[in-house]
Amino acid sequence: MTNMVIAENVHKSFGNNHVLRGISLEVARGEVMCLVGPSGSGKSTFLRCINHLEKINSGRITVDGTLIGYRESAGKIYELKAREAATQRSGIGMVFQKFNLFPHMTALQNVTAGMIRVQGVNVSDAEIEGKKLLARVGLAEKLDHYPAHLSGGQQQRVAIARSLAMKPKLMLFDEPTSALDPELVGEVLDVMKELASTGMTMIVVTHEMGFAREVADSLVFMDGGVVVESGKPGDVLSNPREERTKSFLSKVL
Amino acid sequence: MQSTNHEPIKAVPLRHPIRWVVALFLAALSAAFVIDAAHRSAYDWKSFGKYLFDSRVIHAAGVTLALTALSMFFAIILGISFAVMRRSPNPVFRSVAWLFIWAFRGTPVYVQLVFWGLLSTIYHSFFFGIPFIHINNFYLGFHQTISQQFSLFWIAVIGLSLNEAAYMAEIVRAGLLSVDSGQEEAATALGMSWWTTMRFVVIPQAMRIIIPPTGNEIVSMLKTTSLVTAVPLVTDLYARTRDISAETYNPIPLLLVASAWYLFFTTILMVIQYYVEKRFARGHSALIGVAS
Repeated sequence: MTNMVIAENVHKSFGNNHVLRGISLEVARGEVMCLVGPSGSGKSTFLRCINHLEKINSGRITVDGTLIGYRESAGKIYELKAREAATQRSGIGMVFQKFNLFPHMTALQNVTAGMIRVQGVNVSDAEIEGKKLLARVGLAEKLDHYPAHLSGGQQQRVAIARSLAMKPKLMLFDEPTSALDPELVGEVLDVMKELASTGMTMIVVTHEMGFAREVADSLVFMDGGVVVESGKPGDVLSNPREERTKSFLSKVL
Repeated sequence: MQSTNHEPIKAVPLRHPIRWVVALFLAALSAAFVIDAAHRSAYDWKSFGKYLFDSRVIHAAGVTLALTALSMFFAIILGISFAVMRRSPNPVFRSVAWLFIWAFRGTPVYVQLVFWGLLSTIYHSFFFGIPFIHINNFYLGFHQTISQQFSLFWIAVIGLSLNEAAYMAEIVRAGLLSVDSGQEEAATALGMSWWTTMRFVVIPQAMRIIIPPTGNEIVSMLKTTSLVTAVPLVTDLYARTRDISAETYNPIPLLLVASAWYLFFTTILMVIQYYVEKRFARGHSALIGVAS
């Protein structure tokens, strides 16, 4: 079987700002990969390219063997129709730094929105599934609460449940704990650990080196839009080979 | 401080003598005005009472209400459409919406209503079908003479709603801009299409911003209907009361009748607006923490 994610020489610019300068990496099925690096290193941008929230300028990304954002036919590359791109995205979960829960919907409505509006699941089935997912992230008691009345940690757990509702084959986490008060970080990481233990393929942009060491199968250090160093988290964190990795780790550890 | 020391402060309240003086002065002034108005013959309160519930006036009030409701209904639909079109990834939609708003917001509503009234003079007929192709002068399509097709009432509705749509589009646009971009991103990441995102994520949140000025626009529309005389439609509240006063040579009580009805309607609208605003504050008010 092919790897879940294959990125080959991915480049991305915003105007003159060349953010990704040739990223190549592979994520195996069931692998948990942590992306670390200083801010502005391009890790979040790379994550957003994987579900085509950002268009890449060159290179290619495949998820589960499918080219992302484009279709290849007879040696030519065609841009996907909006609906086709949306279908691709629905199979890739994404969790944001600022949660981005829908504030006009209750926790349960947030979780069921995708099932009902994208997958066409009927409301009662979606609610049964939604309640299960909220129970799984420890929020069975908060079904009818609006996001404004949940703590940051609870909101992020709802956001994870919302992504899981789409039965994704890959989960992307964009600094999921960076906007949280320190005492709330643990509850979100626990949910992510549980998810990793079920064999979900995950790419996590994070500053939580403890989580990376404990849960991740691989760790990638990015800086200046390139992969500087990658390997087993223990190896990279304990014995960084590159000077840039050493200087970054000395600041965050 | 010790918890036993829990006596409330007994202070002499601050006095506001100037407030009292101003309030008394205004109260006296208002009383004088009311007493004077009650006895002033020009107001002719007897006629006011006679015409307030005159069947012609009640019917005209109904016409004004129908003009307002229909025009605002179409204006809101069109306004949302144009605002959404301006955010569309499709450049054709964006340009069309911009052009519409530019034209209809840039000319006075009175002038537009006169134009619509002259529609049948400018375009004698309306044809929907395949152009240029005809067999023995028989065109393939639907053909209709305009003056037969449109009543003055509907011309007024079209004129009012197209003008208002331009303003509604700007109000809706401001509402859409107020929604955090992360919302659209999260919906997109879930695999929602652009339209589903608008319909279920962005627009409902924008409503909180859109509703207060829209209430304002409805009140404003109620009063703008008095301009339909430009079409010329003469069955609305203002035109009707003016016509009656042309018979009685007594305009002032009928102006008061019209004003009373306009005020009655705007008061009801303000009450409705209050409840609608509460409804769309879901998730934003500390009072409504849990869904019922």
